[in-house]
Amino acid sequence: MAPSSNPAYLQISNLWKAFGEFHALKDVSLDIKEGEFVCFLGPSGCGKTTLLRAVAGLDLQSRGTIRQGGRDISTLPPSKRDYGIVFQSYALFPNLTIAKNIAFGLENTKRPKAEIEARVKELLALVGLPDQANKYPSQLSGGQQQRIALARAIAISPGLLLLDEPLSALDAKVRVHLRHEIKELQRKLGVTTIMVTHDQEEALSMADRIVVMNHGVIEQVGTPTEIYRHPKTLFVADFIGETNKLQARATNKNGVAFGTGELRCAPHSFDADQPVIAAIRPEDVIPHETGFKSGEAHNLIDVVIGEMEFLGSFWRTRLRGKKLGDEVLFADFSINAARRLGLAEGGFLTVELPAERLLVFPQGGDHGSGH
Amino acid sequence: MAAVTDTLMPSGSLPRQRLDRDDLVKRGLMVVISLYLIVSLAAPLYVMLSKSFSTYSFDLTRYEFQVSDAAGHFGQTTTAAVLNDRLSVLTRDKLATNADGRLAATSFFPDFSFRSPVKYRIRGTTDDAAYLIGSDLHRGTEWQELDSNTFRRVALRSARSTGIGNYVSYFSTPTLFRSIENSLFIAVISTALTVGIAFGFAYAISRSCMRFKGVFRLIAMAPILVPSLLPGIALIYLFGNQGMIRDVLFGASIYGPLGIIIGSVFFTFPHALIIISTALAISDQRHYEAAASLRASKWRTFWTVTIPGARFGLISAAFVVFTLVITDFGLPKVIGGQYNVLAVDIYKQVIGQQNFEMGAVVSVILLVPALAAFLVDRLVQKKQVALLSARSVPYAPKPNRKFDRLCLGWCSLVAAFIIGILLVCQLAALVKFWPYDLTPSLKNFAFNHMDGGGWGSYKNSIQLSGLTAIFGTIIVFTGAYMVEKTEGFWKGRAVFHFLAMLPMAVPGLVLGLAYIFFFNNPANPLHPIYGTMAILVICTITHFYTVGHLTALTALKQIDGEFESVASSLKQPFYKLFARVTVPVCLPAILDISIYLFVNAMTTVSAVVFIYSTDTALASVAVLNMDDAGDIAPAAAMGMMIFYTNVVARLVHAFLSRAVLSRTQAWRSRG
Repeated sequence: MAPSSNPAYLQISNLWKAFGEFHALKDVSLDIKEGEFVCFLGPSGCGKTTLLRAVAGLDLQSRGTIRQGGRDISTLPPSKRDYGIVFQSYALFPNLTIAKNIAFGLENTKRPKAEIEARVKELLALVGLPDQANKYPSQLSGGQQQRIALARAIAISPGLLLLDEPLSALDAKVRVHLRHEIKELQRKLGVTTIMVTHDQEEALSMADRIVVMNHGVIEQVGTPTEIYRHPKTLFVADFIGETNKLQARATNKNGVAFGTGELRCAPHSFDADQPVIAAIRPEDVIPHETGFKSGEAHNLIDVVIGEMEFLGSFWRTRLRGKKLGDEVLFADFSINAARRLGLAEGGFLTVELPAERLLVFPQGGDHGSGH
Repeated sequence: MAAVTDTLMPSGSLPRQRLDRDDLVKRGLMVVISLYLIVSLAAPLYVMLSKSFSTYSFDLTRYEFQVSDAAGHFGQTTTAAVLNDRLSVLTRDKLATNADGRLAATSFFPDFSFRSPVKYRIRGTTDDAAYLIGSDLHRGTEWQELDSNTFRRVALRSARSTGIGNYVSYFSTPTLFRSIENSLFIAVISTALTVGIAFGFAYAISRSCMRFKGVFRLIAMAPILVPSLLPGIALIYLFGNQGMIRDVLFGASIYGPLGIIIGSVFFTFPHALIIISTALAISDQRHYEAAASLRASKWRTFWTVTIPGARFGLISAAFVVFTLVITDFGLPKVIGGQYNVLAVDIYKQVIGQQNFEMGAVVSVILLVPALAAFLVDRLVQKKQVALLSARSVPYAPKPNRKFDRLCLGWCSLVAAFIIGILLVCQLAALVKFWPYDLTPSLKNFAFNHMDGGGWGSYKNSIQLSGLTAIFGTIIVFTGAYMVEKTEGFWKGRAVFHFLAMLPMAVPGLVLGLAYIFFFNNPANPLHPIYGTMAILVICTITHFYTVGHLTALTALKQIDGEFESVASSLKQPFYKLFARVTVPVCLPAILDISIYLFVNAMTTVSAVVFIYSTDTALASVAVLNMDDAGDIAPAAAMGMMIFYTNVVARLVHAFLSRAVLSRTQAWRSRG
């Protein structure tokens, strides 16, 4: 990451967007550094696309300012801003050849024709479609079309690349392939990039930083590992990856209790006896042999295995135990572990909930996308 | 979440996006086209509406006279009102007149003689009391002293007042009021017949496996290519006083409701067929399979699946036909005889009696059913769109010999009717003098020897249609683009869209009359275009604006909405996108709009009949005028000339659509 003394390339300050009574953006502030790949991630209606369109000048914000490269662009029309954009629908001009599509932004710039041709060739090579210059968009596959749209957007060497759900219309396999290619391309060009997506996998695998949004506010900004390992809110914990949400109450600053049992957890600021939600990801639950006792491991609970669901690379199990009260704990165990420990429905097991992975959130938080 | 909603959006005003050159150009264009629609539609209609509320009468209290003796000594001052009371020159209702009303001042002086040495003085009691001395208009309270010889040329002018007087007198005139009944009667019967016949025809084409479907479709569209009054001429040849098969009617007269209804069915048939065919085409095969699996009888399936599926189409078709019939003027004019209908009343009031105010009243009355039909149709159309967007499996009919033969019979009957009407006109045009001299001759095509403007009118029609097609397409498509593809400025766009939809609800006659009121006013700076080709082109474009607008909108809606955003992010002006992408992609729709405008400009009578001049006589109007003058065979000949011209235009259109498009639209096919 660039040193923090560098001023941000894109500064979004106190942005609001109102549609009548509804507020699509509420006081959103965000700095994006030069060369960064940032993903706006969130469920539909969270404001991520609204934020992107405000940056592009396609839907003007109601309040707040946006600065790009030190220049206030808050009220500039799209044509006076400096970005290239790629839409989910590709938006390729159907009656122009691939080459003419890519050259569209290069014309009217007093560039000699030969130079434009060379640039188009270079771009086609860059996106890996050097032989398709004279075809029409409808003759290409979806993935190829999206690459052409990308080439067209970066043809004018914009300071900012905006990607609006660029992969959502594609098949799963093509999507995985293309997300790798886009990331490579972005790294090669070093262009500051914002991508809007509702697909957490996409965000986790591509972004330098992820901006998680919900109900028009930013829930958390961080690197993919930060977001995944240290979610700041229950919403983030729940939206990205999967998580157990267990009704509990705080005991002290690093303890929670379910039913009868008390467990250590990551430090929190709740008062004793305050009702909270304790969250732990299914894959963070560590299985041990029944009756396992170790000096180092705390947070051990004895559980009964309920249903086991085979999900290919792992087993998802439903665990119940005295210490959990009425709550059901979902835990994912590798096939190896399941075989080694002889897991079976109705069997007994001791599991460890590592204290630093057991996170505590306030109750009454957003359950919007819980399962 | 709770913590967040506590903060409120800071107060203040919304920021405004700075406009780039594109925005300014777009708004400028939209203002220009809006102005066009205001000048060519809203303003004339407004003037007409206010005209219908204008009454004119002589206000005798506004004039004062003094008369001298032979020696030149003037006596006492008297008002015209006092003189009228004393002499009873004019009764109360005689004082009502029109905008052009003049009343000779001498009528108040029974002993007036222009040779007498007596002198007269006249003045107004108010500043706007107007009177003519010769052709000079005077106003005001200054005394004017005139000798007898001059005084005989003094005329009082009528004064305008606003009120519902015209409407009152319309509704208290039984013959005029009767027209409403007649119009409704004709329209209802014709609508029922046309929709029924067209439904049978459309049903046969979409649900049977009969042969010659393509030919039937082609024949069914033929009536669109001729003026609405042409079937009237054919009917006269068939059933008129010297008709070929007059006896078939058993003494009933074709002149009147019978003729109007048969003719109306002919010229509205294709319009109904297009709408109903579309409605039947979107029916879902799966519904029929479901019905069959439930062992529903054919009859039951028809009433529970087919009819409900097509009901919006049927309603829409009914309203379209109703509007066409009630606002049509050519047909009742030719074959209506003594049977008065609203549309002809307007013509008679204006052309026959020069009573423009009453013409305006009838126009406003005619607007009511047309407007109502238009509103209902819009509501229905909105619902139909929802049906269309559903994913369905198109219906594929299975052969059924009995049913297919029945369908073939029905379609043949309808096709025979259409071809018969055209054939009769063609025969009548090509023989010397029906029914007495049947030798083939082209003498009926010697239009220069007839009333109606001769071959010049045909040339004018071609010119009008060409200009209308070219300029109309440009204006309509550009306007639709501005409505569909502009960001922001949505209030302006909504108003514009409303204006673009309005012509559909305005009958041609009403529009034409409104044009007289608006453009034939010397105070209007646009007055010079009155009587030129320009006003005919403007009127025709406006008259047929809506269908083109909707066609263009449909085409534009199919284009990706992000093109404009992409182009502006690439810093390319919108007109480059427009010229290089939007127009080429929409070329089929653009060609459709232009042929629609061309064909309609060739056949239209109603809007232009009020505003053509001797220099700009038109073929369609010539048909009307030659028929009026008794030259029926030449009228039929001219009607057929229009038909052939439109057939050629259609062929050119088909050729262009196929040949040129296959080259420029290579991208449509997947390689």
